[in-house]
Amino acid sequence: MKKRIVILGGGTGGTLTANRLRKRFGPDEAELHVVDRDDRHVYQPGLLFVPFGLADPDELVRPRRRQLRKGIEFHESEVEAVELDADRVRLAGGVELPYDALVVATGARLLPEETEGLTGDGWLERVFTFYDVEGATALREALARFDGGRLVVNIADMPIKCPVAPIEFAFLADWFLRERGVRAKTELVLSTPLDACFTKPIASKHLTHLLAEKEVELVTEFSAGEVDGVGGKLISYDGRELPFDLLVTVPIHGGAAYVGRSPGLGDALDWVPADPHTLQARAKENVFALGDATDVPTSKAGSVTHFEGELLDGNIARFLAGAELEASFDGHANCFVETGFKKALLIDFNYDTEPLPGRFPTALGPLPLLRESRVNHLGKLMFQWFYWHALLPGRELPGIGPAMPAAGKQYAA
Amino acid sequence: MTTVMIAEAPVEVDAEGFLIKPEQWNETIAAAIAGENGIPVLTDRHWLVVRFMRDRYLQTGTAPSIRALGKESGVPVKELYELFPKGPAKLAAKIGGIPKPHGCI
Repeated sequence: MKKRIVILGGGTGGTLTANRLRKRFGPDEAELHVVDRDDRHVYQPGLLFVPFGLADPDELVRPRRRQLRKGIEFHESEVEAVELDADRVRLAGGVELPYDALVVATGARLLPEETEGLTGDGWLERVFTFYDVEGATALREALARFDGGRLVVNIADMPIKCPVAPIEFAFLADWFLRERGVRAKTELVLSTPLDACFTKPIASKHLTHLLAEKEVELVTEFSAGEVDGVGGKLISYDGRELPFDLLVTVPIHGGAAYVGRSPGLGDALDWVPADPHTLQARAKENVFALGDATDVPTSKAGSVTHFEGELLDGNIARFLAGAELEASFDGHANCFVETGFKKALLIDFNYDTEPLPGRFPTALGPLPLLRESRVNHLGKLMFQWFYWHALLPGRELPGIGPAMPAAGKQYAA
Repeated sequence: MTTVMIAEAPVEVDAEGFLIKPEQWNETIAAAIAGENGIPVLTDRHWLVVRFMRDRYLQTGTAPSIRALGKESGVPVKELYELFPKGPAKLAAKIGGIPKPHGCI
């Protein structure tokens, strides 16, 4: 009998999963529906480059429906709620979508209003985020005008999407302000709720020198409680104050709002609890989740979503056939980390293995791990093409599989 | 990774004294770690936070942040700092026998 699969979210995970399922199932075997509230698919890794004039915001956005294979129905609508008991999704306006299997791929939501004062006076004037197109574009104007003073880069709270992005932002800001000749007049500060910039022992050993080289002042265990945009102060819950002339913050993140309106689906922050190896949601056996929307203990990053997506369609097929799921996802993440001056690092890790030095094998040759290089920077830039033309359509990327490769890594003796 | 004696029990800890194996934890060890970190007595409010952190970590593989603690544990953020001065999330994790909150690198 023909099955009906509903996918909530037309971003990286939802698009990739829909396209892989379309390849896997013929039109007589499965009906596929993708729901998103808008038709703008943003290449989110590109947002980091926008404030520095290195990427044009218009080039990062494409229509969501155009990324979907033929035979996938796209619904541009808000999700009202998921009714787990009835196995159906209720869309805004009363449309109901019953399902045999549901995929939650609605990512993370920025919640700047949850930090007192953050979106008050000064927001988008001297207080910015680069985590969305509008913020990154506004910040580009502010950085072009910036002629020195205190630039504070802040991580409000964990978890966030792409946890290395604020560090990359600080490194790129160092480069950008040097190029503009105002670096000597700038104090560059990075504040984090964690107790270090690099918290994993091996990464810390290999990378901590970068902060000194780039003259980034680090403030640790700083949980941002309040922003005074007029007075130019960021205030922590324990009363410490960080003065700023320009604040670039990564706001609090949460899951999609409808998760909170769907009893039993999410946790208190609207993340969807899921089995870290099968990606089946804890809520019910016919619900699956991938990408930033889940609570699985790995990074919220596009590479993670990609690797999850290469395994998830298999598990959905197994579930629909009444077979046992494969517990095959290992938490694999693979991220280029820009360090400025046309160089980047590469990190590769999973649930059990922290980022290690060595070389990462690819079809185009090995890339150095935990070490700055130009080839990594080129890899980061080239990836955008692969994203639209290979990753989203659901093609295998040459030499980069879902399981973390052990080859090339230098394990401690 | 080294093995040390805490409250007369051998436990494996990292360089900063966080337990590596949460299953080696017990309440006597918790009290001993608290004592070494400036909390002479663990009150019911301390235990509420420590148990919440530990349960959440064992369920999900991630310990909650300070904001999530304030939102879900029933102990407001201001009180968290009074109970666990300087870094509530880090100190409660240490006392609860779970790894230090960390980023991806």
